[in-house]
Amino acid sequence: MRLASLQKAVARAVMQPLTRNERTGALGPGGESMSRYAARYIKPNDRLTSFERLEIYNRQYWFRVFGAMAEDFPGLRAILGERRFDDMCRAYLMECPSQSFTLRNLGARLEAWLRRNPSWLRGKKVLAFDMVRLEWADIEAFDGKAEPVLRVEDLHGVSASKLRLRVQPYVQLLELHYPVDDLVLEVRKDDQGADFASNAIAERRKHVRVRAVGALQPKEIFLVVHRIDYSVYFRRLKHEEYTLLRILRAGKSIGQAIGLAFRGSSLPESNRGGYVQRCFETWAALGWFCQPSVGSTGNLKIEKGKV
Amino acid sequence: MPANRFNNFTNYGIGIGLRAPHYDHILSRKPVVDWFEIISENFMIGGGRPLHILDQILEQYRVVQHGVSMYFGSAGRPDREHLRRLKDLVKRTKTPWLSDHLCWGSVDGRYTHDLLPMPYTFEAARITARKIREVRDFVEVPVAVENVSSYAEYHVSEMTEWEFLNEVVERADCGILLDVNNIYVSSRNHDFDALTYINSVPADRIAQIHIAGHSKFQKYILDTHDHPVIDPVWKLYERAIQRAGHTATLLEWDDSIPSFQEVHDEALKANLFLAETQLEVAV
Repeated sequence: MRLASLQKAVARAVMQPLTRNERTGALGPGGESMSRYAARYIKPNDRLTSFERLEIYNRQYWFRVFGAMAEDFPGLRAILGERRFDDMCRAYLMECPSQSFTLRNLGARLEAWLRRNPSWLRGKKVLAFDMVRLEWADIEAFDGKAEPVLRVEDLHGVSASKLRLRVQPYVQLLELHYPVDDLVLEVRKDDQGADFASNAIAERRKHVRVRAVGALQPKEIFLVVHRIDYSVYFRRLKHEEYTLLRILRAGKSIGQAIGLAFRGSSLPESNRGGYVQRCFETWAALGWFCQPSVGSTGNLKIEKGKV
Repeated sequence: MPANRFNNFTNYGIGIGLRAPHYDHILSRKPVVDWFEIISENFMIGGGRPLHILDQILEQYRVVQHGVSMYFGSAGRPDREHLRRLKDLVKRTKTPWLSDHLCWGSVDGRYTHDLLPMPYTFEAARITARKIREVRDFVEVPVAVENVSSYAEYHVSEMTEWEFLNEVVERADCGILLDVNNIYVSSRNHDFDALTYINSVPADRIAQIHIAGHSKFQKYILDTHDHPVIDPVWKLYERAIQRAGHTATLLEWDDSIPSFQEVHDEALKANLFLAETQLEVAV
C-alpha cells in the first residue's frame, strides 16, 4: 500500500469523533466496523487489538483539539455550557479540521462556521457571536504582528488632512451588542490561579457570574483589543473614536475619517477639534499607529503634501 | 564525535526545554543553564509576549529549535508558510541545528497535531528523506530527526524501526536526535530490545539526545513527559553516550511541570553518566 493512501486512511480513523464516554466508536469511516477498519492497517499485539491501538491515537487527537478549543474560548464555553460547547466543537472540527501547523489557529474559522450553523447557539446567538469575536480578537492581539511605532519625525512635512495612518496589525476593533468584555474577565478570574481542589467551587462561581452578566440587557459597545507591555487589554471607545479608527484602518486619510466619524454625532462642532486631538494623542501614546512604509500600497502610505 | 556536522560542530552540554511556567524564574534569577530547547511552533508568530520572552532568553542563553509539526514523514510537500516562518525563527535564534520528528501528522493540508508512527517501508523512507533534504536546504542549518514513541505498528512495514531510521538518515544525510525514552517506550509497546536499537543507530550521526519520563498503563506505556527519568532509560542513555560520546543532552518535561530547579536537577543527573562514560571507538 502506498504511503499517501495509508496516511489518508489512518488519518480518517484518527479524526473520527469519539463516543459520549470518550471512547472510539464501533463504526469507522464510511460506516464500516472500526475493528475491521483498524485491523486492515494496524497490527495487534498480545495486549492490544488493532482497534485498541488505534483508539490511543483517536483519543489523543480529540483530547488535544478539545483542550485547545476550551483554552481559547472559555467565554463561549461558559455561555453554552460544557456539554453543548464540546458538541459544537466536535461538529466544527469535523467540518473545519486544523489547516495550520499550529493549534493557535484552530479557532480561526469558528465565527464563520457558526454563521452557517447558528442553531448551536440557540437563544444566545447575539451574545455568543460577540464572545467568539472577542475571544478570537484576544488571540490576535496577544501575538499578532507589531510594526515599528509611528514617531513624530515620521510626520514631518506631511499634510495632516491627507495623512493616512496605519493601525497596528495586532490592534483589534470590535463593535459588540453585549458587554462581553466584562463577561470574559469574570470567566477568567476563576481560571487564574485556581488549584485542582477548588475547581468545583470555581466552576460554580463562574456559572453564577456568567448567568448574571449574561442576563444583562444588551448594550452596544465599541471595543479595542490591544496590548501594552505584552499584555492584552480591552478598551471601550466612544462611537466617534471607534469610527475614526475603523476608517483609518480601511485606508482613508485623516481628513476623510474625521468627516465620516462625526456624521450624526451629538458632539458640538466646536469641541470636535480638541476631541480628535486628544484621541490621537492617546492612541499614539499607546503605540497603535505604525511607521509608514516607503513606496507601499493600499493603506500603507503617507501622501506628501503641502507643509 | 559529540561535535559533528549534524549539530554544526558545537559542543553543547545538558539543557532543558524552555517552558512558560519557568519564564519568570529564568529571567529574574538567571540560573546557569548550558542551553535551552524551544518548541519552534510556539514562536513562529507575528509578535507579542512569546517573542519578547524569547529575545530576552537569547540575550543570555544558547537556544536550539525543536519542531513538532513539520511532519517529515507525511506524503505531502512541506507547507511553504511553515518553512518561511521557520526560517525567520532560525535567523532570530541562530540555532546551530534544528530538529523535528520522524513521523507524520498531516494529510492533504489537514493537521492531526500528533506524532503518528511511520510505516517502515522503503517508499516512506524515500519520501521522508526527500522532505528532510528540502527543509534543510530551505532553512540552511543542519537538521536532526527524532525517533518517536509509538503505540501502533502497520502491516505494511518492511523493516524494523531502527532500520527505517537508518535508511532515512542515510538517504537524507542528516543527523539523529536520539530520544532514549522514546526507544524505551516503543520497545515496551512493541516488544523489541531497546539496546539492539541503540546499538544499531549510526553513532556518528547523533546530533543530540533526549531524555524524559513517561506514564505506565496496564497494557501500554505513554510518552507523557510528566515524570522523572526512570533507571532503565538512564541505562539506555549511558549506552548511547558510550557509543556517541558526550552529546548535547536535553531533558523534556512538558506536563505537570515542577519547579525550574527540580527540572534542572533532573537533567543534571546526566552528568553522572557523562563523567563515568568512556567513548567506545568504532562500535
